[in-house]
Amino acid sequence: MSDMKRTGLFDLHLELGAKMVPFAGYDMPVQYPMGVMKEHLWTRENAGLFDVSHMGQVILRGDDVAAKFEALVPMNVQGLKEGRQRYGLFTNDDGGIRDDLMFANRGDHLFVVVNAACKDADIAYMRSALEGVDVIEVTDRSLVALQGPKAEAALQPIADVAAMKFMDVATIDTEFGELWISRSGYTGEDGFEISVPDQHAEAFARRLLADDAVAPIGLGARDSLRLEAGLCLYGSDIDEVTTPAAADLLWAIQKVRVTGERAGGFPGADLIIAEIENGAPSKRVGLLPEGRAPMRAGTRLFADAEGGEPIGVVTSGAFGPSIERPMSMAYVPTELAHNDVVIFGEVRGKRLPAKVTALPFRPSTYKR
Amino acid sequence: MSNTETMDMKYTEEHEWLRVEGDLIVVGITEYATEQLGDIVFVELPEEGTEISKDDEVVVIESVKAASEILAPLDGEVVEVNDVLTDNPALVNEDPLNDGWFFKMKIEDMSVLDELMDEAAYKEHIG
Repeated sequence: MSDMKRTGLFDLHLELGAKMVPFAGYDMPVQYPMGVMKEHLWTRENAGLFDVSHMGQVILRGDDVAAKFEALVPMNVQGLKEGRQRYGLFTNDDGGIRDDLMFANRGDHLFVVVNAACKDADIAYMRSALEGVDVIEVTDRSLVALQGPKAEAALQPIADVAAMKFMDVATIDTEFGELWISRSGYTGEDGFEISVPDQHAEAFARRLLADDAVAPIGLGARDSLRLEAGLCLYGSDIDEVTTPAAADLLWAIQKVRVTGERAGGFPGADLIIAEIENGAPSKRVGLLPEGRAPMRAGTRLFADAEGGEPIGVVTSGAFGPSIERPMSMAYVPTELAHNDVVIFGEVRGKRLPAKVTALPFRPSTYKR
Repeated sequence: MSNTETMDMKYTEEHEWLRVEGDLIVVGITEYATEQLGDIVFVELPEEGTEISKDDEVVVIESVKAASEILAPLDGEVVEVNDVLTDNPALVNEDPLNDGWFFKMKIEDMSVLDELMDEAAYKEHIG
């Protein structure tokens, strides 16, 4: 395991009794002694602290950086106000998705957070594609997420975040150095993602954990939380061959990139814009299995209880601790992508009924 | 767990426990197994009356992590299943050695139990 990378919080994870697993080249906590189910519920009721330092933090600096970045993503970057963050997609020439990301306007630069498994490729891509822009990988900062209804109260004694709204970003000087904070996350809960200098990361995490409302949460609960919230996992629910329309991510593409002067000009624009107008052949949906058996990633889907070829596949599936039933994300033909359509998932050789449902499974509680 | 409760239990390498109850054998999984599996969210039990052979997949359990099969520890007949688990699979985590039992089976020859591990041997097995 010597080739496994460690985050700055590795020792703390061990001290907290975490079970560590390899994830995207890092040795990461999958759960703590509380266990996945309780960690999930704790985050929904209190506040959960997640180490997400494996993700890529990148600064983009240069003249016209927003306009140049628009050549890589179908998002309105130039219109993003200072102090605001937006969800984005790196698209490819076939209209697929290279990665999903968050980008923020931090005044004189853009701050981008990308997936751990994609970060080396993303950084190389940005360096080659963004002429005249310094692409600076931030390697001296940890990244943690504090999520849940008690997140604000837990962070407020350290940094004044009370006035921040969902997708606001702020730079705040604290006893733990300069924190780069966004009010966002990957759980469907109100909460924050906080970039903290490495030398302060452990002390910062310990301070947060000293609050009775804050518990450490592993990757296991992170996955069930994001799935209940209807959020995509790159590499599972979206990838190089899923288009934004098929992935039901058109809400993330602002109109200004579809029509008018700044329309198009990003990889795969023709196909992506055509699908915005005409729809995609398949669509990402939520699925609620009718029994208690989870339909996991890879489960083949059929239109009928018997016979026929597969019509789709589950891309994520788990038990939803808050909704108290199994849940899946899946791609199905667009004509079946309507609420309450019953299809069948093949589990251990048996076709079990599941109902198509709109995402999220559980309403999000962002502070708008 | 007192010694009087566990002293008659037998164990398989697949982390099942077996307890003699009259002329029946109660089957469940060990605490060690539940710790490895994590939170259990689904249990599918066999039909009562099913004839099973050793190593048949007899129970399906799914935890937050993955699906696993429980293999029949011996040849015999399933005579009773713990239906409560269907609606409350978490009972397996909460009380694996008692209320979290899976099924009761009838076997021809009780002496085959002697080939299974006793508690001391099982403890050694899991190290």
